[in-house]
Amino acid sequence: MSALTGTGSLTRLVLRRDRVMLGLWLLGLPLLAASLAVSMADIYGGDQERIGYATTATSSLVARVFNGPIHGTSLGAVVATESFLTLAVLTALLSTFAVVRHTRQNEETGRAELLGSSVLGRHALLTAALLVVVGANLLAAVGLAVALVAAGLPVTGSVAAAAAIGAIGVSFTAVAAVTAQLAGTSRGANALAAAALGAAFALRALGDVLGDANPDGIGFTSAWPSWLSPMGWSGQLRPFGDERWWVLLLPAGLLAVAVAVAYRLTDRRDLGAGLLAERRGPAVAATRMLSPVGLAWHLHRGTLLGWVVGIGLVGFAMGVAVDEFDDLIAENAAAAEMINQFGGGDVLVDAYLSAMLAIFALTVGAYVVQALLRARTEETDGILEAVLATSVNRITWLGGHLLTTVLGATGLVLVGGISTGLGEGLATGDPVGRMLALAGAALVRLPALLVLAGVVVLLIGLLPRAAVPLSWAALLLFLLLGQLGTVLDLPQRVLDLSPFTHVPAVPATDVTALPLVVLTTVAAVLVTAGLAGYRRRDLTT
Amino acid sequence: MGVISVSELVKTFGGTRALDGLDLRVEAGEVHGFLGPNGAGKSTTIRILLGLLRHDSGTVRLFDADPWRDAVSLHRRLAYVPGDVNLWPNLSGGEAIDLFGALRGGLDRNRRDALLRRFELDPTKKCRAYSKGNRQKVAIVAALAADVELLVLDEPTSGLDPLMESVFQDEVRRFSRAGGTVLLSSHVLAEVEALCDRVSIIREGRTVESGTLTELRHLTRTSVTVETERPLTGLDRLPGVNPVEVGDHHAHLEVEPQHLAALLSHLLSFGVRALTSTPPTLEELFLRHYGPGPDPAATSTPVGAVAPAGPAGATADRRGDR
Ligand SMILES: Nc1ncnc2c1ncn2[C@@H]1O[C@H](COP(=O)(O)OP(=O)(O)O)[C@@H](O)[C@H]1O
Ligand SMILES: [Mg+2]
Repeated sequence: MSALTGTGSLTRLVLRRDRVMLGLWLLGLPLLAASLAVSMADIYGGDQERIGYATTATSSLVARVFNGPIHGTSLGAVVATESFLTLAVLTALLSTFAVVRHTRQNEETGRAELLGSSVLGRHALLTAALLVVVGANLLAAVGLAVALVAAGLPVTGSVAAAAAIGAIGVSFTAVAAVTAQLAGTSRGANALAAAALGAAFALRALGDVLGDANPDGIGFTSAWPSWLSPMGWSGQLRPFGDERWWVLLLPAGLLAVAVAVAYRLTDRRDLGAGLLAERRGPAVAATRMLSPVGLAWHLHRGTLLGWVVGIGLVGFAMGVAVDEFDDLIAENAAAAEMINQFGGGDVLVDAYLSAMLAIFALTVGAYVVQALLRARTEETDGILEAVLATSVNRITWLGGHLLTTVLGATGLVLVGGISTGLGEGLATGDPVGRMLALAGAALVRLPALLVLAGVVVLLIGLLPRAAVPLSWAALLLFLLLGQLGTVLDLPQRVLDLSPFTHVPAVPATDVTALPLVVLTTVAAVLVTAGLAGYRRRDLTT
Repeated sequence: MGVISVSELVKTFGGTRALDGLDLRVEAGEVHGFLGPNGAGKSTTIRILLGLLRHDSGTVRLFDADPWRDAVSLHRRLAYVPGDVNLWPNLSGGEAIDLFGALRGGLDRNRRDALLRRFELDPTKKCRAYSKGNRQKVAIVAALAADVELLVLDEPTSGLDPLMESVFQDEVRRFSRAGGTVLLSSHVLAEVEALCDRVSIIREGRTVESGTLTELRHLTRTSVTVETERPLTGLDRLPGVNPVEVGDHHAHLEVEPQHLAALLSHLLSFGVRALTSTPPTLEELFLRHYGPGPDPAATSTPVGAVAPAGPAGATADRRGDR
């Protein structure tokens, strides 16, 4: 029996288990790219706008950090640069999760043991996962190329841009193949791969920030750290510029090395064991976590910290960008128009800031839904059963999660405002004043988030089985109404469905108390109804 | 008034009638076995007793109070080990134990540490790294370290190895000697036999038997399969032996435990080539004694099948006792 025996039938199994996921991936990614390309064709239709964009992308450090290099002033170059981060991160995460799901997670749940006892080679599981995920990346790249060409971009550049994204997928497939052998749990394997993604981002950002601008002020040559990063390679392929196809050898080489390493590691470890020891915890619980609220805080704080860092960094960058923003607006009427509509004010910088804060509020909405649904997940996971068999009452329990979530959301909204204010203040002078002003402006969004929390509590209390999908659906609806409402010219009655429609667009407009009071009251009613339902219903797993 | 008293309990989930007039009575100080095949309604009954589910009709009293309305105060007096223990993946086992203790109103730290040693549980491991058996140990240690009057255990040993199972039995006995009451649900007859004073057997949401183990002894016949060199004779004259299937050189018999020795010495005189003896699984018993409609075991027992008292009769008798 060879180490690969059974790979074929396992591959079919992986395809079967993931058919929905793969379908979404292969259709969703090209669609997303096509829609980005079409919407950018609108905004950057004129030569002047594109030259403006390319100049900013070269001169702005913030743009260099987030978008990477730009190669020329063609529409393709703008699209490739502007959509790079989104597509790259999505592809890297999809690939990582897929590899880990079919390797480490199989071992964790004992499925692999079941499979391993039948006629399977040692490497079959890993190989099957790699075949499917690399295959998915190649197909997705073909789809991407077709989508970009269909959106009206030149063929060669489209193929290069698609290959650049596919290369990232292949690279992180390789990374995940190794982390799945190192970590003892799927969570650990995903976390290690995500850390690698973070490092890849940081190295590329550093290389691009240190890069020398071209003499004509359009585009720059990345410094060496970019070459150490799989995310950097994609920019070095120069899609829509003078393509350097040989760069594609780098991800291919990484894959070959990673597969060899992962095979060696599989040979040297027991099934189910990781090479890195699982982190241990304290033998005795700290007193402060020994209450419903204390425990909720303990469980939420790790996630919350991640959110604080993320929102803080983005806020700071957005704040710094205010300074560069004036130039950009001067050059681009369509972008100015869009920001004006979204922010709802006259003074452009205030409209921009208001738009930023509105986006932060919706982003914090995702935290609210995620954090509160933990209460429901604990119920479906069967943890709650043992908890409610102690002398904790249900209201205290759900209330603990609600309180922690609301405090977390308040903190996040403030972090968004303060970091934006700090960035803006450092760039333009008066950091303290801007921090205070934007912290206040951000806090005005909180009542809308309270209504969202109320919706989730109501769903948990009254419709437990549908609570998870419906809560996310509610957030998605609010997001779409906020993003597309004005663009699609929806009637005000429909826009009013979203609590985020009702918060004053500070700092672009003045604060009015009435909507805030009404929103808070609505939130209180929703929460009360939800808690009442929660107290009366069966535990539902 | 007993510690637990349930009568005519009905619970439906959509179309499924999980409990269909169930009766259960547990007196203070007894270890009560709650037996039934999978899906019989044991966990559902326990969840109603714990105020996690509401019931449709019938009466449920726990410590002479309403388990739904008075859940919080009642739970200070009991500890629960669920059938499927799930814990917070990123907490350590020690943290989970302390947490359950604190949420219940305190736990005895020395007892906790002693129990951790007895069950050989490493409290610094994260819960996500524990096997099913180890997660069960976390819940068992948390329950046994609590200062309570009642233990509610739902198939608590399904993931434990035999060594740990005997440690568990020791600890339950110790709890019982100190005056505690135990409700132990199980589908393993041997475990119930080892621990329980009284037993209630349920099937399809109804109580079919309830009484002391001696009263139910007739349920625990051992099944014996034998192959002999010489043709078998005289089996039907032996007391306590039920021949299920008898050929010339082989037989499949059921025998009551106290008559096993007599049967073996009888068999020896025919030159035994092979012999296996297994206690009947609960499922077999249910099939044989209470099976609905045509019973596959019964139809394949051509020789002298002895029909024991039917379910209606047996249940009526036991109920008459109280
Ligand atoms: N939440 C539920 N929803 C629907 N049916 C359930 C639910 N809980 C239990 N049941 C059904 O009720 C019956 C009794 O289940 P349970 O009490 O878990 O049995 P046991 O613990 O004896 O194995 C089973 O048929 C089971 O499928
Ligand atoms: Mg059960």
